[in-house]
Amino acid sequence: MATLKITGLQVSVDDKPILKGVNLEIKAGEIHALMGPNGSGKSTLAYALAGHPKYEITGGTIEIDETNVTELDANERARLGMFLAFQYPVTIPGVRVADFLRHAVSNRRDPDRKEGENLIPMREFRKELKERMGELGMDTEFARRYLNDGFSGGEKKRMEILQLAMLKPRFALLDETDSGLDSDAVKVVSEGVNRLCGPDMGVLIITHHERLLEFNKPQFTHVMLAGSIVETGDASLAAELHTNGYAKVRERHPEEAAEETSEQEESLASV
Amino acid sequence: MSTETPSKTDPTLGEYQYGFHDSTDNYVFKSRKGLDEEIVRQISGIKNEPQWMLDFRLNALEIFFSRPSPQWGADVDQIDFQDIFYYMKASDRQEKSWDDVPEDIRKTYDRLGIPEAEKQYLAGVKAQYDSEVVYGSLQEDLEKQGVLFTDTDSALREYPEIFREYFGTIIPSADNKFAALNSAVWSGGSFIYVPPGVHIDFPLQAYFRINSENMGQFERTLIIIDEGASAHYVEGCTAPSWTAESLHSAVVEIVVKRNGRFRYTTIQNWANNVYNLVTKRAMAYGDSLMEWVDGNLGSKITMKYPSIYLMEPGARGETLSIAFANGGQHQDAGAKMVHCAPNTSSRVVSKSISKGGGRAGYRGLAKVVKGAHNCKSSVVCDALILDPESRSDTYPYIEVEEDDVTMEHEASVSKIAEEQLFYLMSRGLTEAEASAMIVTGFIEPLVKELPMEYAVEMNKLIELQMEGSVG
Repeated sequence: MATLKITGLQVSVDDKPILKGVNLEIKAGEIHALMGPNGSGKSTLAYALAGHPKYEITGGTIEIDETNVTELDANERARLGMFLAFQYPVTIPGVRVADFLRHAVSNRRDPDRKEGENLIPMREFRKELKERMGELGMDTEFARRYLNDGFSGGEKKRMEILQLAMLKPRFALLDETDSGLDSDAVKVVSEGVNRLCGPDMGVLIITHHERLLEFNKPQFTHVMLAGSIVETGDASLAAELHTNGYAKVRERHPEEAAEETSEQEESLASV
Repeated sequence: MSTETPSKTDPTLGEYQYGFHDSTDNYVFKSRKGLDEEIVRQISGIKNEPQWMLDFRLNALEIFFSRPSPQWGADVDQIDFQDIFYYMKASDRQEKSWDDVPEDIRKTYDRLGIPEAEKQYLAGVKAQYDSEVVYGSLQEDLEKQGVLFTDTDSALREYPEIFREYFGTIIPSADNKFAALNSAVWSGGSFIYVPPGVHIDFPLQAYFRINSENMGQFERTLIIIDEGASAHYVEGCTAPSWTAESLHSAVVEIVVKRNGRFRYTTIQNWANNVYNLVTKRAMAYGDSLMEWVDGNLGSKITMKYPSIYLMEPGARGETLSIAFANGGQHQDAGAKMVHCAPNTSSRVVSKSISKGGGRAGYRGLAKVVKGAHNCKSSVVCDALILDPESRSDTYPYIEVEEDDVTMEHEASVSKIAEEQLFYLMSRGLTEAEASAMIVTGFIEPLVKELPMEYAVEMNKLIELQMEGSVG
């Protein structure tokens, strides 16, 4: 079974340590929730897993099916099945959604494909794209628009889920996919994720709301504090955090809580 | 017999698809190197020109020698004008069938895909090889409607009246040093006349090829679009990747009369050792529309600012310009719009890309003369810089002598954002694919204005420029 295994992961941004030894294992078919207060390192974990060059891995490993991907570029990881649904997808002016996706899908389905080699056949691609867009309630006109250019917040998130649906990754990291959406949009996105979840894909949902988790029930909930995962539980942990906030978690983990405070003071002092 | 001597090309010029060349042994005529009165007399003599043209040339030569090289824009002081062949004739006549074109020259055009394109979507073709046009065609029905499409030398012989009425009136020899140079030694180029009310639906294409080393190509194009007529002309340019530099200095004069419409598209892809110093100007009369679509890739130095003089009320001018400068290249491109009459409007959209230490810039003029009331001018220029070694400049000049004028100018400079690259790479695109996609997207608003075949060509050229860009 496909496994994403994160061992002792340490990550720095601009020489500042953010993640301090994260251990996490996600198997295909599982849904994990990652929660934690702002600045605890949730998004950093997502970016580091996807391979953002700014997120420097200073220790530990990331493995997909026992292949060490720690040193691989983002595109190589993507071809092996890693996918990050961005919290803030960037705009790429002049690049049509369909052209972009056809390249991306071609590379994902043929990981050895070289630049300039054949793309997947247009007819087959169009048919599939149209079906996936239909499922997400997207107008086919979207395929001709420039990537994320002039998209509303909800449209951007839907575009992320469309890419997820087309690329069929083995591991999907959803970074605050529910933020900034009204409840109808959250429902559409959740249903989309639900449809895609299955025995072949593992999911890590990063959120500090509970809304997405209501539709996509996690088997595991992890709580991050000051760059470490301090607790792991089931769906009820997510519910508890939703009701009570992080005060109790901090009480149970005074060391990390203290670190969190000192980091906050540090960042305040540096302003 | 021929061809394709593989040696003598400069390996540092990198991958340039059109860098091959033919042997020059069979040339009908080669001038000696250098420029003086004797060479000019020789060119005029070979062409058997009337006295007035010889006088015109000699006068221009004097102007050329008396003018200093421009000290703005790109560095042209490095050009050694005495180290250039000013006239090279590969074939002694122009053919109407590709079968009659000498074999090695025909092969060159085959490799460039011209005969194939002609079959598929062109209304007429001119192919210039070094100094002379070696092939010409025009659809029969257009000929019957009185359309003239010939090389400029033939036009001087065959249509002397209309030729003399316009030649050198839009761009006088004294306009600038390189216009004077072209006026002194011009050879070849296209002559087009479209009679009143005639519409040419498919593009007329000219293809300019420099083959010889140290060659100077000085084509001279004159286009007259009569009242209510319309046409689209496309030129493409390539040259072998010689170690020694070549010079291309064209003059293009255009008149668009009342209610006429004309579009002039350039897809220039010179080898990286060609100095490309071109003067292009159009006069647009009442309610006419003149458009330049100017794609500048390749060359060592390009200085080119296609201009439109809006001569009568209702005239409109539009320039879409793309410049791509790679390592060792300086593209100083732009546009000029001169509003000489009331109620005229102009629009300039410029996109420049610099990469690998290249330098690309926009240099433009928007001018409204006294009495030209109620004019509109809009200039948008965007620059994309791909790496810290590359450079972009913007020099927008504005001269307005009236108050009731709408002038808009927008300029932006951007770098490929790390976040854009990461976004595309996180979807499985390589860094090179991702950069190429961002660049293609950047010029998309202009490329979509091109007919499909040229849009494909343009994107292909950009991809070639982007290849091997990431190391």
